[in-house]
Amino acid sequence: MSAASDSVAPRRLPGGRAVEWLRANLFYSVPSALATLVLLYLAWRLVPPFIEWAFVNAVWRTGGSAACRAAAGHGACWAYIVEKHRFILFGTYPYAQQWRPGLGILLFIALYVVSSRRACWRPWLAWVWLGGLALIFLLMWGGVLGLPYVEDERWGGLMLTLILATFGIAAAFPLSILLALGRRSSMPAVRTACVIYIELIRGVPLISLLFMASVMLPLFLPSGVSIDKLLRAQIAMVMFAMAYLAEVVRGGLQAIPGGQYEAAEALGLSYWRKMLLIVLPQALRISIPPLVNTFIAFFKDTSLVVIIGLFDLLSAVKVGLEEPAWSGYGIEAYLFAALIYFAFCFSMSRYSQRLERDLARGRRHILREE
Amino acid sequence: MILTSAAIIEMKGVDKWFGEFHVLRGIDFSVARGEKIVICGPSGSGKSTMVRLINRLESHQRGQILVDGIELADDVKAIEAIRREVGMVFQQFNLFPHLTVLQNLTLAPTWVRRMPKREAEELAMQLLKRVRIAEQADKYPAQLSGGQQQRVAIARALAMRPKVMLFDEPTSALDPEMIKEVLDVMIELAREGMTMLVVTHEMGFARTVADRVVFMDRGEIVETGKPQEFFSAPKTDRAKLFLSQILGH
Repeated sequence: MSAASDSVAPRRLPGGRAVEWLRANLFYSVPSALATLVLLYLAWRLVPPFIEWAFVNAVWRTGGSAACRAAAGHGACWAYIVEKHRFILFGTYPYAQQWRPGLGILLFIALYVVSSRRACWRPWLAWVWLGGLALIFLLMWGGVLGLPYVEDERWGGLMLTLILATFGIAAAFPLSILLALGRRSSMPAVRTACVIYIELIRGVPLISLLFMASVMLPLFLPSGVSIDKLLRAQIAMVMFAMAYLAEVVRGGLQAIPGGQYEAAEALGLSYWRKMLLIVLPQALRISIPPLVNTFIAFFKDTSLVVIIGLFDLLSAVKVGLEEPAWSGYGIEAYLFAALIYFAFCFSMSRYSQRLERDLARGRRHILREE
Repeated sequence: MILTSAAIIEMKGVDKWFGEFHVLRGIDFSVARGEKIVICGPSGSGKSTMVRLINRLESHQRGQILVDGIELADDVKAIEAIRREVGMVFQQFNLFPHLTVLQNLTLAPTWVRRMPKREAEELAMQLLKRVRIAEQADKYPAQLSGGQQQRVAIARALAMRPKVMLFDEPTSALDPEMIKEVLDVMIELAREGMTMLVVTHEMGFARTVADRVVFMDRGEIVETGKPQEFFSAPKTDRAKLFLSQILGH
């Protein structure tokens, strides 16, 4: 008896439900069946070799690259990651002091987790952030409480990425709201200034802004005045992210019906109250998907600071590979970096989906249930 | 500016253009305290625009408008002061969808009038009882029917304890079976002595509560009169034509 004749009457088969599921989901039409077969073939060709390379034949022991040389070609050299993980996470921060950025990373993650809970969206959260960030900088710089001073030129790795991304978004987001409101202002001077800023910044690559911040800006400053390189890079990134976020926010503002503005005005609300209490809460809610999209892009764009000599996560990986003993393990190193980026970006994405759902609850959602 | 009459709203020689379109032509009009006025007229006659001038949702280009003795001009503070005293109900309700019914009512009193939260909530619950919707206080606007939303909108405007209430076609967006519940609330409000300007085609409402009916056409006030006079013996041909159109079916 052939399988084909069975599938005509799948109910009679033992395990018929599984067959039904397969038919409904994977083989419901000729193209779907073809796609399923192609994907199965690719999985069969790619997955087992990858598992063999990444796990079975992989070298985990540290103690030099000799074992990796022996496994070259058929096994991954995770020993490189084990060996270099502290450099990748903390950059050139003094080795003995690396518990400080380590603690800093944990503090950052704790701040993200606390802020993600809506029950914590209270005024005190602002103080928690201020306190948390002050503590992180205290840890990183030191110079007090017996912690040796570490200049920010030596900060690096994942910690630097988190600093650039967190400060970048925290500063750029509120400023972008002002910029978006300015672009819709009824005052021509304000509107024109905002349009020029947005179009100018969006018209140049981030790299050129970073170059300007690191190379050109010092030329224009009076002698004796110098702005820290990290700060300059941070400002350039904020300026860049602001322009993009402003356009996202403006899209949200445009989606709010005129009646909402009129109702707020008719009640005697001033411009700022109207915006803060009525318009922005609605506009930002509908802007969550594109906002998070921009946040994610920005998080990864922080890796461009490598061109002005800052060692973020990705450049730390690259620099580690320059050591002759470990050259040639780029795949492992970049996979590791990709995994870290992915963990942060995927969390942002999942969180934004949950947030959208939560904020929609009590409105359209309940209406549909009734 | 010294208040010289009992009028709470005075318009003198008001003109308004939308671009090339002359929406209001030489409007002279005043409303006494406690007066209830129904404004009617064909669509595009400028009746909504006239009401929206009173709280400066639109601005006029010529003439003078005084509300409670304050002249409406570009002074933002004066405009906000007038808006605090003038409540408005819109055709499309315009409730704030991200706030509960109760929050819709307490928002302006707490932020604009600086009323303590507790007091604002008590006032809001009183008003919701008055519009017979107190049990919906914790729902969101989208969970209410059109008639319920419009009653909430009336309560929201009343929460500012306004001296004047403007209604811009308050029942036009409602299903027929919901019109009465909104009109009943408005009739009650009128009986309590509120000064009201109502743009509507509900002639039954006009007969019941209006002190004066104002008929507008092509940006002009064509005729004003007591409701019984206006409906039974309109003086102008334009008013006759309009009445025959809306009462004819």
